[in-house]
Amino acid sequence: METLISIKPLLAVLVSAIAAVLVMSSHRNPNLREGWSIGAGVIKFLIVISMTPVILSGVVIKYTVFKILPGVELAFTVDGIGLLFATTSSFLWIITTVYSMGYMRTLEEHAQTRYYTCFAIALSSAMGVAFAGNLFTLFFFYEILSLCTLPLVIHNEAAKDWDAGRKYLLYLVGASSSILLGAIILTYCLTGTLEFNKAGMFAGITATTFSGMEIPTLLTVMYFMFLYGFAKAGLMPMHNWLPSAMVAPTPVSALLHAVAVVKVGAFCIVRLVVDVFGVPQMQNLHLGDYTAVIASITILASSAYALTQDNLKMRLAYSTVSQLSYIVLGVALLSVSGITGGIIHIVNHAFTKITLFFCAGSIYVASHKTNISEMHGIARKMPWTIAAFAIGSLSIIGVPLFAGFITKWNLAIGTIETKSWMLLGVILTSSLLNAAYFAPVVYKAVFGTPPADGHEGVSEAPYKVLIPLLITAAGTVILGIYPDHFLNLIKVGIR
Amino acid sequence: MHESNLLSLLIILPTLGAAIIGLAPRNDEWARRIALAFTLLVFVVSLPLWFLFDTSTHEMQFVTRVSWIPAFNVNYAVGVDGISVLLVLLTTLITPLCVLCSWKAIDARVKEYMMAILIMEAALIGVFVSLDLLLFFVFWEAELIPMFLIIGVWGGHRRVYAALKFFLYTMVGSLPMLVAILALYFVGGETFDIQELSKGSYSAMFQFWVFWAFFLGFAIKVPMFPFHTWLPDAHVEAPTAGSVMLASVMLKLGTYGFLRFCLPITPDASHAFAPVILALSLIAIIWGSYMALVQTDLKKLVAYSSVGHMGFVTLGIFVFNPQGIEGALLQMVNHGITTGALFLMVGMIYERTHSRLISDCGGLRMTVPIYVTLLAIFSFASFGLPGTNSFVGEFLVLVGSFKSNLLAGAIALVGVVLTVAYMLWMLQRVVWGESTRKDDVVVTDLNGREIATLMPLLALVFWIGFNPEPFIVRMRVSVEHLLLEVSPVRGARNAVGLNEIALPPKPGSQHAAVANFVAASRTTPADLCLALPCQISNRKQTL
Repeated sequence: METLISIKPLLAVLVSAIAAVLVMSSHRNPNLREGWSIGAGVIKFLIVISMTPVILSGVVIKYTVFKILPGVELAFTVDGIGLLFATTSSFLWIITTVYSMGYMRTLEEHAQTRYYTCFAIALSSAMGVAFAGNLFTLFFFYEILSLCTLPLVIHNEAAKDWDAGRKYLLYLVGASSSILLGAIILTYCLTGTLEFNKAGMFAGITATTFSGMEIPTLLTVMYFMFLYGFAKAGLMPMHNWLPSAMVAPTPVSALLHAVAVVKVGAFCIVRLVVDVFGVPQMQNLHLGDYTAVIASITILASSAYALTQDNLKMRLAYSTVSQLSYIVLGVALLSVSGITGGIIHIVNHAFTKITLFFCAGSIYVASHKTNISEMHGIARKMPWTIAAFAIGSLSIIGVPLFAGFITKWNLAIGTIETKSWMLLGVILTSSLLNAAYFAPVVYKAVFGTPPADGHEGVSEAPYKVLIPLLITAAGTVILGIYPDHFLNLIKVGIR
Repeated sequence: MHESNLLSLLIILPTLGAAIIGLAPRNDEWARRIALAFTLLVFVVSLPLWFLFDTSTHEMQFVTRVSWIPAFNVNYAVGVDGISVLLVLLTTLITPLCVLCSWKAIDARVKEYMMAILIMEAALIGVFVSLDLLLFFVFWEAELIPMFLIIGVWGGHRRVYAALKFFLYTMVGSLPMLVAILALYFVGGETFDIQELSKGSYSAMFQFWVFWAFFLGFAIKVPMFPFHTWLPDAHVEAPTAGSVMLASVMLKLGTYGFLRFCLPITPDASHAFAPVILALSLIAIIWGSYMALVQTDLKKLVAYSSVGHMGFVTLGIFVFNPQGIEGALLQMVNHGITTGALFLMVGMIYERTHSRLISDCGGLRMTVPIYVTLLAIFSFASFGLPGTNSFVGEFLVLVGSFKSNLLAGAIALVGVVLTVAYMLWMLQRVVWGESTRKDDVVVTDLNGREIATLMPLLALVFWIGFNPEPFIVRMRVSVEHLLLEVSPVRGARNAVGLNEIALPPKPGSQHAAVANFVAASRTTPADLCLALPCQISNRKQTL
């Protein structure tokens, strides 16, 4: 594969890190502060998309920053999959910044400088994960992401926020600094390098045992260490941090817990399957089958959980857990359609779920309501918000012309290709469950009887909140009608 | 051997500085300035060790050899190799920082204090560069006295208790060591030359006794579980500079001793007892980290973290592979940097709040942005966040452990998580926690002197974190040589009659090790010649 040395991935990572410093230094001037965020967002997005033509032509961009140990480098590699994730998160950062301005200022939140600073660092780390060329770089940014999002989760600093924060760290850093680090070190012991390899990093091992353990057994153990070490992907039973983290302000939940953080987890699992173990090794060890089972259980169980939640953000959180496992399920199918469906869901779900979270935040800003049962008939006061919510719901359910359909189509083809009829059943059942937990929200908001006060004093949210959610809703539709751009990226990415 | 008087200069200069301070009229300000000037001068003079160090040989460099007591064949012989060079540089770097951090904190008997620091520096450098066992022992004992005084005179409320405990523990360790040194002198051909003695071959029984005699002295110094109890007391009572010297440099004497004496002089015993030491290291990692988790006193927390971190060092040493030992050496330097920095930062907050309780220092938030940011970075470095120095060290040690024993690696990982837990929890309490400070205590941010004290350490955190190669390349050849000296093949050649003299009480795991030696001892010299280069090339492949 052709490679091109370019500093662009490093710049894309650094832009928001520099923005973080500027944000901190201009804490006295909120307009300037948010100006830095938006400016950096736009520059970052431009840098990212400027790499698209090169990548689509089948070239891979590489850049090595530091050589740390032999085989351990801080190095970036941009391929189709990474660019897809980077494009999505850098675009949505701009939108979320605008939304944050509306949300945080309307609610007169405290510590806004800390908020925007951590946000910018989080974006740098997400970008770093997207462009990571090896396991060390991936781990480096993964850890920073865990740490810099903690202040966002505990933003309100009440007792329950601290509980959530502790849980957040316990799950994410606990898993990554024990089993994930262990798996990475074992990989280094076995191969002497940490660089990704489409053919599978372990393909070249000639030894039959390591420290007295059979290699296939060890690889299987390591695979599960990786799988659960990436706790950000929210595979059951490592999912519990996500619903707890919903105590965060809604823009945080929107960008971090629908796009950056959780998608980093899912993205890491894509890398694990495609670039660490590689499809042939996965098939040899039957790891795809185990993964598919775990993902299926997560999809169904968390959809069922979502049904029981009255708090809108909690329902969205459980829905996220279930949707993340679509990505995992897709790549676990180990067929081209399956992997494509899994990866494209990174984009589709990002646009969809961020729309839904934005809507939840919009309703909260306008009415201070968080429970679905209090939102009956609210569509009359907030038509645009509920319309966007409806679009998001249709996309999650997988109705044609909406983004989610593309995912489910590819996943279903994947299950048929691999003759995994049970998994096809899982996808279909979960679509029903998706409908069961989102359709009533929209239905009641439109047709439900308003409470006695008739949502007195509630009106549509401020335009800084409304415009971003309309943009992402439009994005959801566009992705459903025209998915080719990202599909092409995946095509060059998994080749 | 490269001849040079540089190392002698490094020992003489601080001593000279101490003498000048001692002879000069009593003036606190001038005592501080002279001490700073001399420690900085020593640091500058030590820089050639970094730049002129020949990384292609394991031979001693910058050697000076002068006959001292010809009757007993005692020499004044100093030199450095890849194992000691970084530790000498660490010492010369840390000492000026210790002087700086005591600038305001010490206002009584400044003159004597500065003299103690300078003499301690000379003695510590002396320990690392000695090539003669007796000279080594002289410095080893000499370094105790200034430390004893620093804790006992300028320490906290329980300073006398802590100083005595420190002194007694270390003395108990050094007595058997003296016996071992004398035994080696007579058995090894009436010489104190460490390199000569390392080439010798000793019976299994003799190795057994010498190993344990050395082990006791070094293990107390490290300190390894269960000899660690003096450490928290000493750290808590010592003034900041004392804690920094103790943590950054003095603890390394123990692990340095393992590498310089136990491994090359008693290779068979080292192998035979490695399982015991690995077990003790793992207990130290888990226990130290667990104890750190429950501390409410900032300084005690950092002190217990040392126990855990030094457990990683001994773990790396006794897995006997290049990654393990390189990682251990690097981790010795890293621990000196990060733990030193953490003790400095604890001292800085103590100067403001006059309390070391986490709750009294709690809830700083962004009132002191520089302090909080630096504290965060050094805590991250302490638990080994990727991109910081400790990550590289821990990574290498863990690679080494996994290669030797999967279970040991897995247990060490538990220690990593505990380290993350107590460091982050400490940070949370200091930054956001409830504060029990009295209202009239005002915490101000760091001043220029304090920032200057921390900056070199900060730079090293990221330098080693992102580019450790210059550090590792300096130790590489010496570590390779050390591994050859300690390899079972070489050991078995020396341990003639191992099967006749059974090793005293041995757990099951040692049988295998003994059997290996016996099997290896049947190999012919030709086999040995083949085996040795093989090991080198294996090592290159694995890297």
